[in-house]
Amino acid sequence: MKTMKKLLTAAVASTMIASAAQAAISDNEVRIGYLADMSGTYRDLAGPNGLTALRMAVEDFGGQVNGASIRVVSADDRNSPDVASSTVRQWIEADGVDMVAGMVATSVALAAVNIIEQADKLAIISGSAASSITNEHCTPNHIHYVYDTYPLANGTAKAVVDEGGKSWFILTADYAFGHALEADIERVVTNNGGTVVQKVRHPFPTGDFSSFILQAQSSGADVVGLANAGSDTINAITTAGEFGLTQSGQSIAAMVVFLNDVHALGVDAAQGIQLTTGWYWDMNDETRAWADRFMERTGVRPGMVHAGIYSSTMHYLNAVQATGTDDTQTVRRHMMDTPINDMFATNGIIREDGRMVHDMYLAQVKTPAESTNEWDLYNIVRTIPADEAYRPLSESVCRLVNN
Amino acid sequence: MSTSAIKTHSRKAYLESKQRAARRNMILYGVLVAFALVAPVIFYPVFLMKVLCFALFAIAFNLLLGYVGLLSFGHAAFLATGGYTTGYLLTTYSGFSPEMAIIIATSAATLLGFAFGVVAIRRQGIYFAMITLALAQLVFFFYLQSPFTRGEDGMHGIPRGTLLGFIDLQNNLAMYYFVLAVFIFGFALVQRIVHSPYGHVLKAIKENEPRAISLGYNVDRYKLVAFTISAALAGLAGSVKTIVFQLASLTDAHWHMSGEVILMTLVGGVGTLLGPVIGATFVISLEHQLAQSPVGDWVDVILGVIFILCVLMFRAGFVGEFQKFYKKNFK
Amino acid sequence: MSMIFGVPIAVLSGQLLLGLINGAFYALLSLGLAVIFGLLKIINFAHGAFYMLGALCTVVLFNTLGINYWVALFLAPLIVGTLGILIEYFLLRKIANEDHIYSLLLTFGVALVIQGVLTNIYGVSGMRYAIPEVFRGGVNLGFMFLPYYRAWVIVAALVVCFGTWFMIEKTKLGSYLRAGTENSKLMQAFGINVPLLVSLTYGFGVMLAAFAGVLAAPIYSVNPVMGGNILIIVFAVVVIGGMGSIVGSIFTGLAMGIIEGLTKVFYPEASSTVIFLVMVIVLLVRPAGLFGKEA
Repeated sequence: MKTMKKLLTAAVASTMIASAAQAAISDNEVRIGYLADMSGTYRDLAGPNGLTALRMAVEDFGGQVNGASIRVVSADDRNSPDVASSTVRQWIEADGVDMVAGMVATSVALAAVNIIEQADKLAIISGSAASSITNEHCTPNHIHYVYDTYPLANGTAKAVVDEGGKSWFILTADYAFGHALEADIERVVTNNGGTVVQKVRHPFPTGDFSSFILQAQSSGADVVGLANAGSDTINAITTAGEFGLTQSGQSIAAMVVFLNDVHALGVDAAQGIQLTTGWYWDMNDETRAWADRFMERTGVRPGMVHAGIYSSTMHYLNAVQATGTDDTQTVRRHMMDTPINDMFATNGIIREDGRMVHDMYLAQVKTPAESTNEWDLYNIVRTIPADEAYRPLSESVCRLVNN
Repeated sequence: MSTSAIKTHSRKAYLESKQRAARRNMILYGVLVAFALVAPVIFYPVFLMKVLCFALFAIAFNLLLGYVGLLSFGHAAFLATGGYTTGYLLTTYSGFSPEMAIIIATSAATLLGFAFGVVAIRRQGIYFAMITLALAQLVFFFYLQSPFTRGEDGMHGIPRGTLLGFIDLQNNLAMYYFVLAVFIFGFALVQRIVHSPYGHVLKAIKENEPRAISLGYNVDRYKLVAFTISAALAGLAGSVKTIVFQLASLTDAHWHMSGEVILMTLVGGVGTLLGPVIGATFVISLEHQLAQSPVGDWVDVILGVIFILCVLMFRAGFVGEFQKFYKKNFK
Repeated sequence: MSMIFGVPIAVLSGQLLLGLINGAFYALLSLGLAVIFGLLKIINFAHGAFYMLGALCTVVLFNTLGINYWVALFLAPLIVGTLGILIEYFLLRKIANEDHIYSLLLTFGVALVIQGVLTNIYGVSGMRYAIPEVFRGGVNLGFMFLPYYRAWVIVAALVVCFGTWFMIEKTKLGSYLRAGTENSKLMQAFGINVPLLVSLTYGFGVMLAAFAGVLAAPIYSVNPVMGGNILIIVFAVVVIGGMGSIVGSIFTGLAMGIIEGLTKVFYPEASSTVIFLVMVIVLLVRPAGLFGKEA
């Protein structure tokens, strides 16, 4: 009887403690929304496989935080800011979503962040490239996790100039993202003693690049810099190969190239291309182990965005667990105070502008002789330290940074 | 006596049936408005607003396709013009009143519609569709290149503002009832136009244009006015939509948007007043539900199948098929 | 070096040649659309999807069965053409007597389904297809380097365009076709199987799109959404040429390629829009297009 009473008290006490902890997690559930292009141009960058990466993180975490369950909802943004905005608004206002992950197209990310800031929730952007997201568009309610155009242009363009590629022809996709990238390249090239001889802007998207490749050839520049992405980059590289651009002594520097792009091009067409990446699956045992698990579920090797979605979700859940709440600012503060050390990053730090800075890698696409299978694509040439890779806070125009 | 008696009799019966139909419609509209008034209790208001904005857009489009027989493939240009003008005014001048922004934006779309109309109105059928498409592509290019639209990034964080100086539109319910009021205004306007003598001439043009010309109507002028009104309403829809979502983007100007409004109208029923409303509700809800469902990456396939089925089996659209069914079985 | 508007003549002639090559693509694609619209009055919004299928088919045939380019050049259009005939037989035939706009909507739905299914299978990153061995490399023309493959594209496209024109306008089969689609009851009475003729015509138009797809496979990124952007441009070409005019679509296709090529030099940002400007101007001056007859 006495033991019974003791047990009962213990049970009551533990329930009370548990409920006290849970009270801080809204609705006693951590709700994560995954928003990405599931069916369009950017599908392979994050897409359905990004959702798998996020689910893997939730499963590895045990499916619950401090006794509160974790629920994942997802939606296709169809690359439309309209859809992004209305989806996120509903998630927050009607479904009580605490954090939104994913997001690729800059317009989608900006639309989502706008709603999220008004509601004081959290966004962790993994897919978008624009460095403006944590510069002029920074908010206290989002984190930009995997990469942005600044280190991509910085890493690749600097490496190419250092190797003697002094004069540049820049081919830019004619939209905000391309313009920003073009400016980044131009700055890096001129700062390192190179010159930009010509800039040409092509419509986004463009099917046939032969005309632009011809212009690049007649410009006489050493390097043809591509300030575009996705199928535009692939088409430009293919056409350059067809027109013998590299045989005539010019080289190509593509700024925004992802693993899936290189896989699509194949090592024949892409060999020797230098690029900057935030992560590669075949770097060490830890990355390989995770990539194997990922491949078991999706059939493909993960790109840096997939790995970043996993890592950032883990980091978020760890912060919720440690602070015992899903309150946005408490969690964000804790995420900023805790360095990220996992298979994705070593000593990754989230800065006050929301930028997660971590080491980047200069990679070179393997030759057909070096490549042993269809996903064996990169040689890591050099590690670019975090503080060298990303835009320094002293150059930031973000309103959260005191400059 | 006989013929004149029959005439009077049939005319009387005709008038009575007309009155009955009008009464029935009044009841139907009453029920719908009552439903719309309580809807935000059941459904998420921002979703309802999206439906209303697109329904208004589809109504505008249907005025042209359903009652004049002109297929415009460039209506996205008017939606975007309404949206961008509103966004520009509200972001550039702080405290700009939303009602003024809507009026100016609608006027801008009206002017653009008039210009499109002047160029396109003499063309027939597929040529009319294609010239409106071409003009809309030129407008798209303008918005893509102009710095004020911020290109692909789009305009974000447009303030909703305070309606008439005292209604805070930041409140979703206030916003909803305002959108509903705008929508009812648009619907009533189209309803009036369709049932007016002017609307009857439009229908005559649709049925038999040479005949309308031979009866002495200035067909081109009638078409031009209809086109301009349609553009104005599309601009109104775009303007209100921008205030609701607080953003304006190139999605609205893209030719896919012109295609989407055709689909909404056809699915709901061309040339019926409620058809575009039902069609817009259906398409928006479907996209919304599918995008968030586990089969999210199959959205395009499912939409495609639905459109194929609609064309094969319900060509008159939901409302059109229902009317046929009703006439066959209850009259 | 002599210049025109600040551009060296050598560069300009290179751009003209490239424009002509792109124009050959446009001609081939718009020809298929023109055949389908001119003879069947079907507004084929799935044309871009069939173009994509031709390219994808070529890649998949090679990757899975090792079928080479030359075989694919015939096999891929045949496979896609058969699919086209099935679509005509099971879907388009059901709405043959309805307004044209329903054919637009139906084929748009078909395109969505085809693209969506393939996107889920193959992703959107694109697949690679090597240029056939014989066409590797190129020739230096002095003003530009012309890859052999591009030269082949223009030859192949022009031969097929001319062949199609000849068949429809100059042969007996062509006259049956035109008569059969103009007055089907009469031709039926003469013992000609008009429904079969319609199916075959649609299948032929689809084959032309798929053929263009095969030609495109080695030089463009092959992915399930590659047909979406080209569709609207090709439609513009057909309208400028005059809906349904065979000669019009061939001529306009080539001309638009050249105009687009020149725009890429002088105002590259507008190169995807210039075609619509031309369309507005042409339709203002000639309401039924350059080669069309006023209805």
